[in-house]
Amino acid sequence: MRNLFLFIWKNYFLFLFLLLETLCIYLVVQNNYYQKASFVNSSNAISANILAATHDVNQYFLLKDANEKLLKENAELRGKTLASFSVSVNDTYTVNDTTYHQKYTFTSAKVVKNSTNLRNNFLTLDKGSKQGIKNNMAVITSSGVVGQVKDVSDNFCTVMSLLNSKTTISSKIKKDGSYGPLMWDVDDNYSIATLHDIPTHVRLITGDTIVTSAYSLTFPENIMIGKVESFVQKSGDFFYTVKVKLSTDFKKLSHVYIVNNILKDEQEELEKKSESDDKKTNTK
Amino acid sequence: MISTILKNILRFIALVLVQVLIIKNIELGRFINPFLYILFIIALPFETPKWLLLLSGFLLGITIDMFYDTMGMHAAAGVFIAYIRPAILNLFSPREGYEFGTQPTIQYLGVPWFLSYSGILIILHHFVLFYLEVFRFSEFFYTLLRVGLSSLATLLLVVITQYLFQNKKEVE
Repeated sequence: MRNLFLFIWKNYFLFLFLLLETLCIYLVVQNNYYQKASFVNSSNAISANILAATHDVNQYFLLKDANEKLLKENAELRGKTLASFSVSVNDTYTVNDTTYHQKYTFTSAKVVKNSTNLRNNFLTLDKGSKQGIKNNMAVITSSGVVGQVKDVSDNFCTVMSLLNSKTTISSKIKKDGSYGPLMWDVDDNYSIATLHDIPTHVRLITGDTIVTSAYSLTFPENIMIGKVESFVQKSGDFFYTVKVKLSTDFKKLSHVYIVNNILKDEQEELEKKSESDDKKTNTK
Repeated sequence: MISTILKNILRFIALVLVQVLIIKNIELGRFINPFLYILFIIALPFETPKWLLLLSGFLLGITIDMFYDTMGMHAAAGVFIAYIRPAILNLFSPREGYEFGTQPTIQYLGVPWFLSYSGILIILHHFVLFYLEVFRFSEFFYTLLRVGLSSLATLLLVVITQYLFQNKKEVE
């Protein structure tokens, strides 16, 4: 210890210089907007690249996990559907049931491209119009929602991920049904989304389950979205802003389901008709 | 001794004022931004203690920073040349060393000596300052041109100021 002090004392000129220079650089980075932004950005770019590289490697180790999960899920689904009623076409699963009419069909698809670190993230799936995929179909996994189909080619489709500034999902709090739009805000990371417009009379607790609401044409009702992580009432706001911990792990997506709402066209047509009727009566 | 300190404090204030009130307002294009104020560091007496050298470099820089709204940049460059100054002085020292009580100015050591000594300090100062300012290497040569041209302008101003002072001394 004494030697250390002696060393520092002998070279005090160098150490004082380093101290002052560090202070200066700290001031530069702290107080000058451009330097701050570019410093933070470049460090982000480095970390993002490293993360992407490790992600690529990690995926190989996750394959076992993913396969086991799929097996479990297949078994679960097999147990749910009566073998005699289910007809499998391609790998789209439909159920013929005389008591309940079918509303949704599910097509399994593999994620061939995914990102979580952009402001607007998209996925690419290996199913396209040849497999009956159309735009605006919902995409889910066994653990929760993923996004919405955006563009479709013959054999592929792109999906606007939930982690996208333009995604809005009509969702509700499972226990009392109060609903609001779920978005991915600027300050959210890949496992957090923000639920807006929840009235303040709702008694929220952290851990409350958030699911998709019935008002959406794309998503089936009661698909898991996530759990409440925190909620605040911003000053001057009449609503809670709720941070939701997403149940889907977007960094580990490998197999997803594309949901087709068979009755969507019918419902849309009907709604359009009554709207135009309404307009007509108004003009009269 | 006291008078030397007082003289240097006055020089500090005068150079800062000249820099922020006059030179800052002269527009010479994007490439030429002279910084006369570092003459203060250049012309400090030889026997200035090293810690004082660093501290005065820092103080000078931070004062200029306050007027230029560039918190820390001038201070970083100032501390840097204050640190490098003893090494440069050693490099150019005459065979018998520097005379006690003299200052590194044209008056005592002549034009060629002063030009090389102050030239190196000025270039190093401007180099640190301008690269801190742009904070990236993508405009490397553009910034290098700025460093070169601004250094020339500063050197010119420094020499002119030296002659002004010298004349005054001879008159005295």
